[in-house]
Amino acid sequence: MKNIKFIYLKITLLFGLIFTMTVSCERDLSEDVEFGKFGTSGEVFIDGFSGGLSYDPFGDSKLDAFSVDSEVKYSGSASMRFDVPSFGDPLGAYAGATFRDASGRNLTGYDALTFWVKASQAAILNEVGFGNDFEGNKYLTTLNNVPLTTYWQKIIIPIPYASKLHQEKGMFWYAEGPENGFGYTFWIDDLKFEKLGTIGQPKPAIVNGEDLIQDTYTGVNLKVTGLTQTFNLGSGLNQTVSAAPSYFDFASSDPSLASVNEFGDIEIINDGAPVITASLAGVEAAGSLTVNSLGDFQLAPVPTRAPDNVTSIFSDSYTNSPVDFFNGFWEPYQTTLSADFQVEGNNILNYTNFNFVGNQFSNPTIDASQKSNVHIDMFIPSEVPSNMDFLITIVDFGIDQAQGGGDDTREQIFFDKSIWVSNTWITLEFPITLSSRNSIGQIIYENINFSSLGSFYLDNIYFYSE
Amino acid sequence: MKTKIFKQHIIYRKVNLVFGILGLTVLVLLTVFTSCSTDETQTVARFTELAMADEFDVEGAPNPAIWGYNIGDGSDTPAGSGWGNGELQYYTNRTENVKVENGVLIISARKESFNGSSYTSARLLTKGKLEQTYGRFEARMRLPYGQGIWPAFWLLGDDSNGTEVWPQIGEIDIMEYVGDEPTRMFGTVHGPLYSGGESISKAYELNNDRFDTGFHIFGIEWGPDYINYYVDDVLYNQITPDDVPGEWVFNRGPFYIIINLAVGGSLPGPPNDETVFPQNLLVDYVRVYKRSNN
Repeated sequence: MKNIKFIYLKITLLFGLIFTMTVSCERDLSEDVEFGKFGTSGEVFIDGFSGGLSYDPFGDSKLDAFSVDSEVKYSGSASMRFDVPSFGDPLGAYAGATFRDASGRNLTGYDALTFWVKASQAAILNEVGFGNDFEGNKYLTTLNNVPLTTYWQKIIIPIPYASKLHQEKGMFWYAEGPENGFGYTFWIDDLKFEKLGTIGQPKPAIVNGEDLIQDTYTGVNLKVTGLTQTFNLGSGLNQTVSAAPSYFDFASSDPSLASVNEFGDIEIINDGAPVITASLAGVEAAGSLTVNSLGDFQLAPVPTRAPDNVTSIFSDSYTNSPVDFFNGFWEPYQTTLSADFQVEGNNILNYTNFNFVGNQFSNPTIDASQKSNVHIDMFIPSEVPSNMDFLITIVDFGIDQAQGGGDDTREQIFFDKSIWVSNTWITLEFPITLSSRNSIGQIIYENINFSSLGSFYLDNIYFYSE
Repeated sequence: MKTKIFKQHIIYRKVNLVFGILGLTVLVLLTVFTSCSTDETQTVARFTELAMADEFDVEGAPNPAIWGYNIGDGSDTPAGSGWGNGELQYYTNRTENVKVENGVLIISARKESFNGSSYTSARLLTKGKLEQTYGRFEARMRLPYGQGIWPAFWLLGDDSNGTEVWPQIGEIDIMEYVGDEPTRMFGTVHGPLYSGGESISKAYELNNDRFDTGFHIFGIEWGPDYINYYVDDVLYNQITPDDVPGEWVFNRGPFYIIINLAVGGSLPGPPNDETVFPQNLLVDYVRVYKRSNN
């Protein structure tokens, strides 16, 4: 069900460049400007695809999950059928795709994407929406955790701000994993953009509507998260969708201390506590982010070991091995959140609300048979708790190259609190004592014995030989 | 509106049956009138001689020559605490709850502790100031929204200095609406043997619009033995003595106007966590026409 990650990193990086250029040469439109004329059809799939539509399954999904079904339909002659794989399906771990119109459509005259849906069993559809165009997803809009029933019901996904959609290519997208480990089927019919007229009372929010204060440092780059738009539907129910930053207008209470651009990217420029707020279509968004800059950030010591002697997991000084995740959000007991940041191009892992968290690298696992030690730089930004008791576990996944399976082996290193000093990078280096060390897949960090360490930063996580 | 409107939604179904016969008449009228434009011109109504109009053009408190107030939680009235409906608000005439601003009357329901109640709001009435038998009563309003929100624009028969009691005095609800159904309003009459849960009512639903995002006109045209109900340019119901199971108490009068914004109560139920406060009922104008040119 959960933990689906998409491989957008390259795309994001590419668009990072383009965004930067766009922002730096932003000008007002002249009075003569005319927007290009794009198709205005709202139909996506009624009994077949509307013209120009392509089907693009996500790279790591079950590629054949989608088909057109003429047996089961809400109306007309056919519906869209989605077969969600069971856990362990060799064809793919989940079903997910985007349906694009390559030339783009003008959707400014609509207020919602609607469709009828039913499933072979009661289920929760993870993500469904529009704006996923493989080109930066500028107006990505997602309805999360949609309850599906075995009878047809109509789903309404409000457009956060339709005036923005002059040339939208992402007509529809979805992602869904197994339900309690098992696959099932759902059908969607009469998929179209509509002008319902019964959608009103917009209530946008940033930071999930919270007024958050975050400690940070000069030079840090942060991102405004928790962006949503809520509309009251004609049924009287509120419908909340995740909305991309480009729907919003962001503002900083003091741009000389922190700037924020149209993508919600914040740059901390000077000491202070400026407040980042936003509005959407002229409606003030609930929530704010106060960035409390504590001054210059002290970077971790730059590693000096020769790259040939290092297998790196997380460092800007080395080429890193592929990593599944730096935070697995392991349910149900993990509370640890991530608020990673960047200072002057240097990436820092930032764990908050900490109890335990793991880094995983299983595709492929790391062969550390020629490495002798582990290196981790750690920084505690607040006072070191008097009851601090910290455990690091290195897990070798064994022959099956996967967590579990009875062949995993572990090395556990307990750290005495006396080694830590608040607001200072502490370098942890320790030998690898695992006898089997050619399939290392995880590093786990834990508070033990009721230790109350709440947050810390990590940098330069690597295996090395001496 | 006034008391004990339980099971109201069940009533609607009954009422639809009752109006099955009338349906034909109404349909014909609808065909005629839906072709009209949706501006403020009302062709669904025929009375055009103004008796009173408050356009709410003077900032501050509403014109005291036209409007008075019910104050409190109802406990000092015959209806009792909660105004007979289990409503949760305390009515005041404070600026926080009622004022004229930018050409509209604003009645604000607020969530605040006040004299033992958890909400405040306002209820305006023209009793003793503007009372009339028959005619056309209409208001252009933008309604609030949200679970537990219950605005109303209605008429109550004069009680002849207390010698007559509800429902014998008669009640004509021109507009009622619950905020969790933002596309639907209803018009109702209450009288002897057809009050509260047994009242005669019909709902009107907007197809591609809502009542809380723009102004709409709510009105009745009332003459001997009939009350016509309209919203904007749509005449959606007519009630006559044949439709009520008891005495027709609307060929007498006079009746006065009440505009109020209730919070909670037996009809909408209480507000929930998603109900946004304050909620505002905006009234662009109230116009009363004499029964004439008929």
